[in-house]
Amino acid sequence: MGIMRLGRVELKVMDLEKSVDYYTNVIGLEETGRSEGRIYMKAWDEYDHHSVVLQQADSAGLDHMAFKVEKLDDLAHYEKKVEQFGCTVRRVPNGTRLAEGQAIRIETPTGHQVELYHDIEVLGKKVGSLNPHPWPTDTRGIAPHALDHCLLTGEDLETATRFFMEVLGFKQSEKVMTVDGEVMLGSFLFTGNKAHDIAFVKGPDKKLHHAAFHVDNFYEVLKAADILSRNEVQIEVTPTRHGITRGQTVYFFDPSGNRNEAFCGGYFTYTDFPTITWTEDRIGQGIFYHRRELIESFMKALT
Amino acid sequence: MFTVQVNRLVGEIFKCSSTEDVLTAARRHGVSIPLGCRGGGCGMCKIQVTEGKFERGTSSMAVLTEEERRENYSLACKTYPRENITIEITLK
Repeated sequence: MGIMRLGRVELKVMDLEKSVDYYTNVIGLEETGRSEGRIYMKAWDEYDHHSVVLQQADSAGLDHMAFKVEKLDDLAHYEKKVEQFGCTVRRVPNGTRLAEGQAIRIETPTGHQVELYHDIEVLGKKVGSLNPHPWPTDTRGIAPHALDHCLLTGEDLETATRFFMEVLGFKQSEKVMTVDGEVMLGSFLFTGNKAHDIAFVKGPDKKLHHAAFHVDNFYEVLKAADILSRNEVQIEVTPTRHGITRGQTVYFFDPSGNRNEAFCGGYFTYTDFPTITWTEDRIGQGIFYHRRELIESFMKALT
Repeated sequence: MFTVQVNRLVGEIFKCSSTEDVLTAARRHGVSIPLGCRGGGCGMCKIQVTEGKFERGTSSMAVLTEEERRENYSLACKTYPRENITIEITLK
């Protein structure tokens, strides 16, 4: 019983065709289906039908992110726990989106929509599951392994953290605190063994900071930046290392202004992983380990 | 090629072609407009066009409201001059 992992993110985009061109040819996801106003995609190393849904909208931003639970019965269990905590939750019926079963949709304390689901059609991988080769030969663009994590912004990170840990069973890998230790400015949470599946930084409620894709190693991050520049994609932060999670990164924007990241190399976490603490005065190094200073757009450009 | 005059009384002027957005032209001429996503989504580069015709590319309703659109606010990354224009850079 429990939440296994981050399964999907649904992003709002302002030009569906331009966005699908970017997500398939530049990011290198595979289109797996279309329904009214939506396009569904997966990365080559994922089994399930989709991990990214693009939704035609008049604004950019996050529609929802969703976590896959181990058993269908888990939905009722979490539904009750979420209500007891005081957050609103509703059922999303079977077939609301392509290839998905029912889900529960929760409004988190930061106003974001998070879904839990179990049923989704399984497509498998091109390399198969029997004596597979390590990677398929016909990938395009960056071709990440999988959706990795999302960073959201919110006003009250103490309550958001308590919700994810107490109600949904997440653990906290890292946190950023004011120097006096009174206020939480950043919270990094995991549900499997990644450095983070979802994270929050202090800022306006309901906003998306970025959605990240997992690539193999630092050379793949560099190569991702090459592919982005070749395609004249707006790159915000060129390849560098994070202090937080120790991962390596490049940040850039999709055609609607949603920030994306190609991420690799964070550490593994486990159930008794102790929480690492960063203080506000060292946040520059925590976020950009080499530059050691934040940049204006990184804090302000949100969708 | 059109001219873009910044903050009418200060008088900084740069050139911008009809296919170029005001943000790109401004930064090329060393005029500082805050730079964000360049996709019309984040709202960091919001300006107001106080004189002159321009075309507006797809811009997020969440960061540029109908009322702001009526008052000729625009996102510099999605603003294309159609004649010489004057803009106000609203530094937040």
